[in-house]
Amino acid sequence: MAAIHLEIVTPDRLFFNEDIDSIIVRGIEGDLAILKGRTPIVTPLKIGKIRIFQNGTERVASVTEGYVTAIEDNITIVTDAAEWPEEIDINRAERAKKRAEERLSGKSDMDLYRAEIALKRSINRLETSKYKK
Amino acid sequence: MAQSTREIKRRIKGIGSTRQITKAMELVSSTKVRKRRIKLEKTRPYYNTVLKSIKEVLKNVNINHPLLQEREVKKSLYITINADRGLAGGYNSNINRLIDNKFKNNKDSISLITVGTKSRDFFKGRNYNILESFVGISEEPEFSDAREIGKLAMDLYIKGEIDEINVVFTEFVSTISYKPQIIKLLPSEKIKKEEGKPSAIVDFEPSPEEVLEYLIPKYVESSIYGALIEASTSEQSARRSAMSAATDNANEIIDELNMVYNRARQSAITMELSEIVAGAEALK
Repeated sequence: MAAIHLEIVTPDRLFFNEDIDSIIVRGIEGDLAILKGRTPIVTPLKIGKIRIFQNGTERVASVTEGYVTAIEDNITIVTDAAEWPEEIDINRAERAKKRAEERLSGKSDMDLYRAEIALKRSINRLETSKYKK
Repeated sequence: MAQSTREIKRRIKGIGSTRQITKAMELVSSTKVRKRRIKLEKTRPYYNTVLKSIKEVLKNVNINHPLLQEREVKKSLYITINADRGLAGGYNSNINRLIDNKFKNNKDSISLITVGTKSRDFFKGRNYNILESFVGISEEPEFSDAREIGKLAMDLYIKGEIDEINVVFTEFVSTISYKPQIIKLLPSEKIKKEEGKPSAIVDFEPSPEEVLEYLIPKYVESSIYGALIEASTSEQSARRSAMSAATDNANEIIDELNMVYNRARQSAITMELSEIVAGAEALK
């Protein structure tokens, strides 16, 4: 299949920079597959998984808030954090999940919105880590 | 004479132990510089990509975002990025003086968000209006720190309490050269609508406004993060060269003192000898 170029950038590193066949991302309007020749698109991303298809294999990575631009067969994903399943610190994610749940159930005036996002992030990480080979 | 040789010896020892400390600090800083530089290289693509995307979006749409509004500047916000610790040569005072010289007689026109104890203490002592100080992040800044600072600044901007956001930091040019800099984040000159045709018909999901709503804060945050990283690299590098200069100076003083010590020792021996000879002469 014809290749499109994918670049995933986080504040800490250039996470991914290779040619791929296609990709599925979770935009704020729903899941979205991008193939070669797509109309240019810019959209923010939800906390979720991205699935990269490359030479017949599928790779999964978790991303937090970010956005994707696809212009002329160059896809750029800019996100606050991206991880492969192997890189995820499961214990840390579990702790974060517990903490966020406590905050959500407690009556404290803690910023609920923030706790909710933290919960989403940790759940997403835990799910992604199951794809570990 | 015996008295003074002992004193010189003691000074040599004292300076020697100071040299040990400065040498150790130099080594510590130089490994830190190396680590920071790797981080710096990795951060630059992120910032550039965000900027590129914003320009791309602005080329295609024409919208008035509250963060892009330009107002008459009555009150400016300066985010000063400095170290928590000293012994870094002129690193801290360069930043502080840059602001102080500019606004010494006009303190009411600016508000400050300070990063690092060094600038907090400096500006507090001079009665500047400090809105918030962040301490303990300048050595190893995280993206979440930048997000917090950015959010604070952008809220104030939207509320209209400030009409300008600037960042003051030390740019890392090379291992021997750092430049204190003031960069204006908002209203930005960099994210103005460029002349030229839209590159292509671009889909914005859900709408251009919402995409921009997301992108502009990202731009501010990533600029602040970039500045934090640049500053921390400069800090370590400044400390390294300050400490290496201190070690060199210590070496020089020790050399000089050794010479003085030897001379004193020699003259003591000569004197003793001539006393013995004179004594033997007298016995004849």
